[in-house]
Amino acid sequence: MALIEVRDLSRDFTIRKKTGPLRRTSVVKHAVHDLSFEIDAGEMVGYIGPNGAGKSTTIKMLTGILVPSGGSARVAGLEPSRQRRELARRIGVVFGQRTSLWWDLPLRDSFELLRRIYRIPDQTFRRNLEDHVALLDLGELLDTPVRQLSLGQRMRGDIAAALLHDPEILYLDEPTIGLDVISKGRLREFLRALNHERGTTLMLTTHDLQDIEALCDRVIVIDHGTAVFDGPLSSLRVNGGSSRTLVVDLVDEAAPIDIDGARVMKVEGPRQWLAFPAGASAAPLVAQVAAAYDIADLSIHEPDIEDVIRQLYSR
Amino acid sequence: MAEADTPAAYLAHAVRSYWLIAALWIRAAMAYPVSFWTMTVGGVLITFLDFVAIWLMFSHIDTYGGFTLREVALLYGVTSIAFRVADMLVGSVEKIGQKVRSGDLDAMMTKPVPVLVQLCADRFELRRLGQIAQGIAVFAWAAPIVDWNPQRLLVLVMTLVSGVLIYFCVFITFSTIQFWTTDASEFANAFTYGGNTIMQYPMTIFPREVVRSLTYLLPLAFVNWYPCLFLLGLTDPYGAPDWFRFASPLAALALVGLTALVWRQGLRRYRSTGS
Repeated sequence: MALIEVRDLSRDFTIRKKTGPLRRTSVVKHAVHDLSFEIDAGEMVGYIGPNGAGKSTTIKMLTGILVPSGGSARVAGLEPSRQRRELARRIGVVFGQRTSLWWDLPLRDSFELLRRIYRIPDQTFRRNLEDHVALLDLGELLDTPVRQLSLGQRMRGDIAAALLHDPEILYLDEPTIGLDVISKGRLREFLRALNHERGTTLMLTTHDLQDIEALCDRVIVIDHGTAVFDGPLSSLRVNGGSSRTLVVDLVDEAAPIDIDGARVMKVEGPRQWLAFPAGASAAPLVAQVAAAYDIADLSIHEPDIEDVIRQLYSR
Repeated sequence: MAEADTPAAYLAHAVRSYWLIAALWIRAAMAYPVSFWTMTVGGVLITFLDFVAIWLMFSHIDTYGGFTLREVALLYGVTSIAFRVADMLVGSVEKIGQKVRSGDLDAMMTKPVPVLVQLCADRFELRRLGQIAQGIAVFAWAAPIVDWNPQRLLVLVMTLVSGVLIYFCVFITFSTIQFWTTDASEFANAFTYGGNTIMQYPMTIFPREVVRSLTYLLPLAFVNWYPCLFLLGLTDPYGAPDWFRFASPLAALALVGLTALVWRQGLRRYRSTGS
């Protein structure tokens, strides 16, 4: 049996709008609509989709915060909305843009309180604290109140906190949002190790394609509340037909660059935008351009998840 | 559920979790002892001034609504103790709207502790003991006018417990309204702090309709008015039945039941709208 089972899951919201001084009309919005998927123990799944696609609503139903309006969800053999507190002991949840730590208390106190309310055995607690504090580099921050931590530090603290009780599943909502490149890299490394060494199942929502690339073997794309893609990232890329962009600043203005494997999207003075397939390497293109022109500067723009999904739809 | 096999086990789990969270906040406050004691003593002084206002009024009059200063002090002491204890224990619940907006409520719902317990214990402030101390002081000053016997002592204890429960319910019920309109915290204040202020005065100064409302709609009159009539050996000037003077626990129980319903409805609403 899969660890997470979602069957025709739906959640409708009724939105009341004022349409006149006294009149109100209600509109039913299907935030999640007939959503089905299964996730096995030990998987790392990226759960992506544009804003308002129903990602958070799904996570809220899988954690038992929201009650589904239709269909069913089972997580670790439990029904989240009915067995919310029991489920809480078996999952960890990290919300990227807010903290579940106690804002005015030092990290150490938050950890200590979690030890008590989850009734974590001493040995487990000590081992997890030692491991995660070392790996997440939190040692010097333990006595700092959470409100004084930087975004990256706080995120690491939140993740360590969510893992103290050895959850089988870790939900991460935008874990790398607002982090710098180095912090992102370290966080991804930590999550990968967590999955490999402890077998923790990871489900993360993100806007950052590189999170998915670094972590997830499998991607579920949701739009308008329904899964529109479920499979490995590579096939999403190919299916999506999205492209990377090479931005070239030439020393002198020139006619649109004509090279194999790329096409010019836009020319603005000496700057030109070249699109090439997302699966291809930029190196041969750069070599071709450099051989024919004097280059002042170069940069490469990765397609973001929004682009990939937009492409997925425009086809 | 592991900890909720029986209602008793559930309650024990809730109370234990409450004190775990509260203890953490107490420890955090004690990390700054000077600040803690300044705020505590400040609390005593500010609430003391509150009573001075009533005391000054009595320098011009001998009785107010037929009650002497010490009799009013008895009413004041009983409602203040009950209200301040309730405020210390569950007052944080009025931040529901804020917790909904910040998403903290979602985080609370992913923890294995009842949400209401987490809301009430959040930012537990031990320094409110100062305000409770003021209520106790006023009560102690008024106490000698009562002809104490075991029966009256028992009624006093029952009254204080019921009073705390009644104010618990007022705090929780009116805060729960924020699940429907997130900006209703001022509205809740009118009934919590406002309720306590009204109950500091003898009901005889209010029109009959107000007293009726405070008996049957929002039964704050059971916090101090009816039981204090008994302590003072008086009958109700508005002619309420004599047994009302012992009915505070009944009023408290009825209100607890109602509050549980309102809270469940509120949380159910949140769990089906997410906002």
